[in-house]
Amino acid sequence: MSTLSLPTTPVNAEHSSLRERALAARDRPAPYGPDIDLTHFNKPEARAQVESLRSLHTQIREAALLAGIDAEEADRSASYFQIDYSAIYQHIQQAYQGQIELMTTAEAINRYEWLRDYWWKAVDVDMDKYTAAAELDQTGGFFLRVFARQRVEHPIQACLFVQENNISQNVHNLIVLEEKAEAQLITGCTLHPGVREGLHIGVTEVFLKPGATLTNRMVHNWAEGFHVRPRTGVIAETGATFVSDYILLRPVRSMQAFPQVVLRGEGARAQFHNVMVGVKDSLIDMGSRVELLGRGTQAESISRAVARDNSVIYLRGTFMSRDNDSRGHLDCRGMLLSDAARIYAIPELQAIGAPKSELSHEAAVGPIAEEAVEYLMTRGLTRDLAVATLVLGFLKIELPGLPAVVTQHLERVMAATAGAGL
Amino acid sequence: MLDLDQVDIAVDGRPILHDITLRIESGETHVLFGPNGSGKTSLLMAIMGLPRYQITSGTIRFQEQDIAGLSIDERARLGIGLLYQRPPTLRGLRLGELADICAGKSQTAAVTEIAERLHLGHLLRRNVNDGFSGGELKKSELLQVMLRRPKLALIDEPDAGVDLDSLVLVGETIKRMLELPSTDGVVPAGLIITHTGYILSYLRPTASHVLFGGTLVAHAEGSKLLAEIQTYGYGKCPLCRSQQPQ
Repeated sequence: MSTLSLPTTPVNAEHSSLRERALAARDRPAPYGPDIDLTHFNKPEARAQVESLRSLHTQIREAALLAGIDAEEADRSASYFQIDYSAIYQHIQQAYQGQIELMTTAEAINRYEWLRDYWWKAVDVDMDKYTAAAELDQTGGFFLRVFARQRVEHPIQACLFVQENNISQNVHNLIVLEEKAEAQLITGCTLHPGVREGLHIGVTEVFLKPGATLTNRMVHNWAEGFHVRPRTGVIAETGATFVSDYILLRPVRSMQAFPQVVLRGEGARAQFHNVMVGVKDSLIDMGSRVELLGRGTQAESISRAVARDNSVIYLRGTFMSRDNDSRGHLDCRGMLLSDAARIYAIPELQAIGAPKSELSHEAAVGPIAEEAVEYLMTRGLTRDLAVATLVLGFLKIELPGLPAVVTQHLERVMAATAGAGL
Repeated sequence: MLDLDQVDIAVDGRPILHDITLRIESGETHVLFGPNGSGKTSLLMAIMGLPRYQITSGTIRFQEQDIAGLSIDERARLGIGLLYQRPPTLRGLRLGELADICAGKSQTAAVTEIAERLHLGHLLRRNVNDGFSGGELKKSELLQVMLRRPKLALIDEPDAGVDLDSLVLVGETIKRMLELPSTDGVVPAGLIITHTGYILSYLRPTASHVLFGGTLVAHAEGSKLLAEIQTYGYGKCPLCRSQQPQ
């Protein structure tokens, strides 16, 4: 196992240093999103391991399925399932043994001392109070490793499930794809129908070795009183590719994320597709920050957001080029379906010492095109159906690899969202 | 089938057309001539019920029913179809998906048949009107409206910006559409706008009309107004002058 060329510090000294940095940041608000009081959350009970995801209660299986997690594990290479603080299931299909490792991060850190060289190296532990909480009070998370030159045909699925009301789930995930490894990960973050409020902090550090490719699909289904603070960092080496699809269609109290990707190696690439629907009082603040450091690096981010009711959506993007031969394009589009909804599109491009790099953006925010609605009405569609059809088209992205039931669910929710907004 | 009686039309509140009286029966094909900006498209849009085009006076009846208060989709469901001259682009919706919507359930065979007739098969997976050529736009419009089996087809400049091969296809398919009874057995009628008259090589118009100076100034059987307009222009066409209100 090769490691990244990162400074190495004695394990104990580094551990105490991380803790000190986290302690110093434990009250530090994030630059974006409403500040959350972390002191009032409950502690959940520990959950027992299960032999099979099929043994989970129907409500849990159904909620997980709508976030892309298949309890049948059909067409899945491996599964990780966490409820509240407890990792209740980890399984690698027989055919994929030797291609993948999947376990809790706690177990991985104990097993592999070299993992300390990756721990908090793609995300700063003292970024804000949420990263600090993940260090000081970590409550699970998974370690995924795909071995060199392994092309994992079927997706790996990881479910971070909240079952108890008003808890703070603080996970720290670590993903390492070794040289020329390829994998698809479906991360489903969701909750029990009875959960009304709570917090999910998800630190995810991704390390892509030369030539590795990771496609990460995240489906988030939350509740009206729930806060979400993902903190993702990716370091991509030569020729590595990171693809991220993010889907949020259900209400949430607040979701704030600004994943950071460092394209360090020559020819490394990043792609983001974000699809978000703001409903009721949701506040969604989503962006992507990419540093294009290596020669020939490329980044693209496509965001589609629909805001209805009283929702507020921020679409951020920061691409920073430091090499002349790098290219990046940001595409943010927002559609407003109510008088009270707000969308802010904030693309930012920086060329620093790279005068010949090519960075571009296009951003558009506006109502649905009335001419298009009328056009569909001339074909016999009611106004509601015409609007729903256009909103669905606006949000549409290809989602190969997700079960058909999930894709259909997403389309149904999108259509209902559009229709109900009138 | 369509009966406009002394209709005035305003666009965004501005009076554009006045005193339009026009009667089209089942099975008839009428042609509408007129210079650019004379309000031909506005007349079609008002018949279809687009909100910017308001009927401010007079009556509009379709199959004996007053349709002034009906929305676009209600008029569409009664059997009125509109082929746009310049249709909008719909990103995220494929032509094939819209064709399926127009055809209704279990009519995929009709979609395939008409798409093949119009040589449109390769466009069914493309977003509606996205990057379509002039001829492709006309054929796409025709596909959608024909699948709805209209009783009255409002056809806005089907021969504008179309190459000769496409013109043959478009002309022959419009003829076929106007011969094809609606799902409840009504022989359709058509109201067609044309500047050049090229499309008339494929159709046998019942009557033609000239829209000039904000109203209909001439009516004649068949397409004989076309030759006069081509010879004298709209301002001096003898038939137009003789019929103008004094």
